[in-house]
Amino acid sequence: MTRPRTLYEKIWDAHVVEQRPDATCLIFIDRHLVHEVTSPQAFAGLRATGRTVRRPDLTLAVPDHNVPTTARLDAAGGRLPIADAESAAQLAALEKNAPEFGIRYIDAVAPEQGIVHVVGPEQGFSLPGTTIVCGDSHTACHGGIGALAFGIGTSEVEHVLATQTLLLQPSKTMEVRVEGEVGPGVSAKDIILHITGVIGAAGGTGHVIEYTGSAIRALSVEGRLTVSNMAIEGGARAGLIAPDETTFAYIKGRPYAPKGADWDAAVAYWKSLATDPGATYDKTVVIDAADIAPSVTWGTSPEDVVPITGIVPDPASFADPSKQAAAAKSLAYMGLEPGTRMQDVPVENIFIGSCTNSRIEDLRAAAAVIKGRHKADNVKWAIVVPGSGLVKAQAEAEGLDRIFTDAGLEWREPGCSACLAMNPDKVPAGERCASTSNRNFVGRQGPGARTHLVSPAMAAAAAVTGKLTDVRELMA
Amino acid sequence: MTPLDKVEGRAIPFGLKNVDTDVIIPAHWLKTTTREGMGRGAFESLRADPDNLFDSADFKGAPILIAGDNFGCGSSREHAAWALGDLGIRVVIAPSYSDIFSGNAVKNGILPVVLPQSAIDRLMEVAATDPVFVDLEHQTVTTQFQDRFSFEIDPFRKMCLLEGLDEISLTEKSDAAIGAYEKALDADRPWMRPAA
Ligand code: SF4
Repeated sequence: MTRPRTLYEKIWDAHVVEQRPDATCLIFIDRHLVHEVTSPQAFAGLRATGRTVRRPDLTLAVPDHNVPTTARLDAAGGRLPIADAESAAQLAALEKNAPEFGIRYIDAVAPEQGIVHVVGPEQGFSLPGTTIVCGDSHTACHGGIGALAFGIGTSEVEHVLATQTLLLQPSKTMEVRVEGEVGPGVSAKDIILHITGVIGAAGGTGHVIEYTGSAIRALSVEGRLTVSNMAIEGGARAGLIAPDETTFAYIKGRPYAPKGADWDAAVAYWKSLATDPGATYDKTVVIDAADIAPSVTWGTSPEDVVPITGIVPDPASFADPSKQAAAAKSLAYMGLEPGTRMQDVPVENIFIGSCTNSRIEDLRAAAAVIKGRHKADNVKWAIVVPGSGLVKAQAEAEGLDRIFTDAGLEWREPGCSACLAMNPDKVPAGERCASTSNRNFVGRQGPGARTHLVSPAMAAAAAVTGKLTDVRELMA
Repeated sequence: MTPLDKVEGRAIPFGLKNVDTDVIIPAHWLKTTTREGMGRGAFESLRADPDNLFDSADFKGAPILIAGDNFGCGSSREHAAWALGDLGIRVVIAPSYSDIFSGNAVKNGILPVVLPQSAIDRLMEVAATDPVFVDLEHQTVTTQFQDRFSFEIDPFRKMCLLEGLDEISLTEKSDAAIGAYEKALDADRPWMRPAA
């Protein structure tokens, strides 16, 4: 009998093209997602060396980071120009590079356009058991459907374009098991924020994390994508959730998904990927779902998590002196005093979007809280940015856009938006934002911007009250 | 890529933990379509302070950077490695790195040396006033005060750095193996190709 293997080991083993004398392996890449920011230098490299794209059929390009989320077409259907010259240059480069190298391309004004990590699963381009790479660290997102997916740098983008492989060392494995049932008002985002708080921002370094347990299995695919999205915030290279009936139901019928007899063969294969009984992980962390509250970050590292009922910690309360120093710096940047109740922190900006939380379920959760209410007067800027054109259309069909706009929130075009300060959507210096994105780093949402990471329902609650709020208090 | 063997000179005693890629190169510097000139944006927020280490008379152009745990965490942007390289840094010494950053560093001819915190503390002390010596061939970091720290490095990475090798050319030597893999995959799991 063969040795029991984990999900990660099975996917890894199935993709080894060659093993080097040391542990390094040449790994085949099944799907390569490309966006405008990390690809221009890679295409330039190919051109300079006269190389071509080995597998254009396995490559899908879509612009997302730089595209403005305001209207892209004028009343006559003509394209509106992009004000920022550098953004326009990156977008133009992708638009030119994709056809030149023969790769699949979703245009900025196509109905399917969206954030690359929303588009991949939505199109059925991302499949369980595949290896997926993209020049963006939140590629880990696709682990939510059971794909081994991770972010790569531009040199690696060029390497994958040229060879459809990557040289990699196997990662260690880590299991994060969340058992039990979460309470009301607790979403997938709260689960992953809580996990990140428990394991720390470097807790998963060198590992691929498999999320297991009944609380994870109970999540929808959207929720699983949210959890796996932030694997990187715990330092892990990738996150994984074993594909199951929930996953198969989500994928079936999507444009690039297998069809007919192929579908049955695919499902049979995907079922064989689950971690074998008796397989061991290098590390296991067990979390009781009942311990997870709606959560919020107070600092500038995603590990700086407290329950919404908590207080801003005193830096002196940390055992590690370097964490004490980091916490003190974070608090100075965030303009917070130790001991302040999180629920007393006012917010002027609300961002509902990003590849972490911009799928239909996220928008439904936010709309459910905000329905029939209005944003508080001190909230100056509140935007809802669907993850893709298809999510946008679905939300509009359900009337969610009206719920948001009636409440005084702006309804935008799909893109990365205020997740990172690259496009016009930025949070002003010194102001706070309750944000459903994945990073609260210094300057992430704009120079001097103060980010509090929350779930979509919590962001909606903050919009209504004008301060960080326990969403459970607004739930009937 | 410029081969790297011995690097000696001033080492910036930076020492901070969890330095993320947004600190190394802020997002607005990502809006380029070329790799050059990125050093001007390196550590921009820190260098806004006129008394910063990086632009001080002692450390401007220093080839070595000493940092704390989890250096280069955050985004996968390779711009972080380009920015460090353009700033003149050839070696970073830290207790740990984000996986993506250390890969990007090597691909751009920058050596990420891993040493325990105790060694970092000592090197920080020396670096304030004196040079540090890094020898990749022998995998050591030394000072003129008889400090000698050995470090581990993956042999493949070591060879790439020592010889200044480009990874794509190396992989292209495996062209036949890649072709064989693709053929077997099409036979075993034909549904793996995107349907549309
Ligand atoms: S939404 Fe944010 S994290 Fe996601 S791909 Fe865009 S920039 Fe990256």
